[in-house]
Amino acid sequence: MSYNSDSSVQEIQEVHIHRDDFGSKMGMWLFLFTEILLFGGLFILYAGYRFIYSEGFAAAATELDVLLGTINTVILLTSSLTVVLAIVALQKENKKLSLFFLWVTVICGLIFLVNKYFEWGAKFHHGVYPKGPALQNMSEGEVMYFGLYFVMTGLHGLHIVVGLIFIGYVMRQIQKDVITSSNFQKLENSGLYWHLVDIIWIFLFPLFYLIH
Amino acid sequence: MENNHHTEEQNDGHIAEAHHPSYGINILVWIGLLSLTAITVAVAGINLGSLALTVALVIALVKSMFVINFFMHLKFDNKVFKIFLGICMITFIVVMILTFFDLTFRI
Amino acid sequence: MANGTIAAVPQTAEVNFYNVRTKHKGILSWLLTIDHKRIGIMYLFAVVFFFLVAMTIGVFMRLEMLTPGETFMKPQTYNSLFTLHGVIMIFLFIIPAVPAVFGNFFLPIQLGAQDVQFPKLNLLSWYLYVIGAVLALTSLFSGGGIMDTGWTFYVPYSIRTTTNVSLSVFAAFVLGFATILTGLNFITTIHRLRCPGMTWFRMPLFAWALYATSWIQVLATPVIGITLILIILERAFGIGIFDPALGGDPLLYQHMFWIYSHPAVYIMILPAMGVVSEIIPTFSKKTIFGYVPIAISSLAIALVGYLVWGHHMFSSGISDTSRVIFSLLTFFVALPSGIKIFNWVATLYKGSIEVTAPMLYVLLFIFIFSIGGLTGLVLGALNTDLHLTDTYFVVAHFHYVMFGGMGIIFFAALHYWFPKMFGKMYNEKVAKTAAVWIGIGFNMLYFPMFIMGYLGMPRRYYDYLPEFQKYHVFATVGSWVLVSGIIIMYINLAIALKRGKKAPDNPWGGTTLEWKTSSPPIMENFKEIPTVTTGPYDHSITESQEVKK
Repeated sequence: MSYNSDSSVQEIQEVHIHRDDFGSKMGMWLFLFTEILLFGGLFILYAGYRFIYSEGFAAAATELDVLLGTINTVILLTSSLTVVLAIVALQKENKKLSLFFLWVTVICGLIFLVNKYFEWGAKFHHGVYPKGPALQNMSEGEVMYFGLYFVMTGLHGLHIVVGLIFIGYVMRQIQKDVITSSNFQKLENSGLYWHLVDIIWIFLFPLFYLIH
Repeated sequence: MENNHHTEEQNDGHIAEAHHPSYGINILVWIGLLSLTAITVAVAGINLGSLALTVALVIALVKSMFVINFFMHLKFDNKVFKIFLGICMITFIVVMILTFFDLTFRI
Repeated sequence: MANGTIAAVPQTAEVNFYNVRTKHKGILSWLLTIDHKRIGIMYLFAVVFFFLVAMTIGVFMRLEMLTPGETFMKPQTYNSLFTLHGVIMIFLFIIPAVPAVFGNFFLPIQLGAQDVQFPKLNLLSWYLYVIGAVLALTSLFSGGGIMDTGWTFYVPYSIRTTTNVSLSVFAAFVLGFATILTGLNFITTIHRLRCPGMTWFRMPLFAWALYATSWIQVLATPVIGITLILIILERAFGIGIFDPALGGDPLLYQHMFWIYSHPAVYIMILPAMGVVSEIIPTFSKKTIFGYVPIAISSLAIALVGYLVWGHHMFSSGISDTSRVIFSLLTFFVALPSGIKIFNWVATLYKGSIEVTAPMLYVLLFIFIFSIGGLTGLVLGALNTDLHLTDTYFVVAHFHYVMFGGMGIIFFAALHYWFPKMFGKMYNEKVAKTAAVWIGIGFNMLYFPMFIMGYLGMPRRYYDYLPEFQKYHVFATVGSWVLVSGIIIMYINLAIALKRGKKAPDNPWGGTTLEWKTSSPPIMENFKEIPTVTTGPYDHSITESQEVKK
């Protein structure tokens, strides 16, 4: 605790809100748990419907492009790496390199979204969307698969957007030297968020693309 | 009981010097993650029958353990975060299992 | 300053948090505050407002049930009213009331801290709460009219009805966000901001209860969040996940709903139990019996509370295996709750009990909650549940548990901490009279429902057979007694607020840290961060030995 010495007590009374990296990180982790349970609900539904309609899921999964999914997986893993490297760079007091790595992350995130756009676009083009013409001729299992596919990848995409905004904000703070080599918990928190989004994709990828 | 969170309370709130930063280990982890991705795609091509889902999930789990422990620094972090994550995951798994007590015997 | 006026100096340091000079002036000093006490007060007024609204709706419903058939409203209106009553009471009153009002105000003080860990996030929670409330109210006057699904939003009706479900459901989602952030804030606060010497097992039991509650808030609320979003998506795009016409499974919706909503029952009741554990030692003038079991039982209730949601679905067609498992697990919840009741009563034993207004409410609580808890076991047993499910028995049970548990304790907490929060004393005699009225009215209103339910009166029905009328009349009269008690109580407090006597720092002889600061507290809570050397309810130490700031 930060109340050990008299001097820190003085400091607290003056600023009212004191800096506590550990607490900040704890808050971030707790927030990540809410995200895990948010997607967790969807994973429970996924498991339930895959259990009920295993054949429909296998049939519907063949319509997804494994190559595109794999590329997106590689892109996200790489973007996760560059976030970590940005933290390392900042710790080594290399601000420029840190910002460079974060730029790479942002670009990776954008490429991921563009890929997703084309993937969804192709589906829509073929009439594969909720209540779409192609779904009318499909079995219930396939309809359920695509319902979950759009909700889960859509929600994941939304998290990518939020993550990008968070990282953009952090980059601005690094530029302004608010986040520095001795005070980088915000950068670390944005990294934690981004990695979580990555982990969710690590599960979405085999569950949607790799069923045979 | 009071000793359990001693380490947590010792922490002065500034974690800048928590562990030695290094590029190398993270790049190695990344290479590992890419290899596991290649494996999971390759394995999906083989017909493993009912094992396919298990294998895919185990690989995904290993990948996320890498991300959590190294990229998210949990391995180097305070014990309390590991316990927290444990609580979260156990909750999720238990809820999943209880739901399946219904599904498995209903359908 | 002249050298002679020594007395003036300490006076300026004693400015309480109402009168302290803040960055913003007037109403903005409240709306932009990040002080946990002011946010707590803002929650209090919001929460009491919504309680009164939902209570009024409840009175109208009771009035409609006075005679069979139409008394003074149409069936569709009745459906909308019971939905509204449930939604407002649950999402706007019961869930946020104790944690957001008293938790916000007293958790940091009881821990010897100056604020919660994330003060800005705390204010954001309040705004999310208000936005959620405004959205819920907007949904009444827009779209296809007032929602008529009941507060459970069961599919497929909730995706078919033309009433304004989407907006109401979105409001519940936003409110869920507010509770998540409060929970996150409290967990971090308890981990990080305990004052020197305040070890985990020297924390007041209210803090323990909030800790357990906060974990449920963080880990359960997201599940309902995504479920509610799915209803909206279902209504907007027809994705099919819960629509049986497209292959969806409505039972999976019920699972998802109760995975949150059963633990939510403990979000409602655990903080109330924490308040009881504060009030009983104070007015028994002795330390709590079984501190550790009570603290741990809070965590145990939170844990077991996760595993029993299926008992809301016994008659919905879930598998027999899971019904047996859920029924068995349900009985386990009774254990930690029983431990608590036992320890409270044991604390009273040989204590020098002082029956003040807050204590009277607590005794009322123990009586009512025991009835509510035991009838819960009747519903938790599979065979009796099949007979009683969806009858007034269930309505009576959850009002005994929720209103008798959480609602009554909200009143108790209000009376217990009123002097500290507002620095004023209320009229004790009137407060006690109100408590007695509330106790009588409560039992008149809800007890006949047990009998009616047992005899087969279904819940949520607009009409009923004439043989049930005598019970309905009795209950309706009870509702008038109850409401007059509540009105007397609030008027008494309102008068005290305006011209009550100034409250001393420690009117009840409490031992926890909030009684060691001024009434109302100063902006920083304590002039100096206190150091704790004993457990929270040590009545053996005299005032002078303690850190009196």
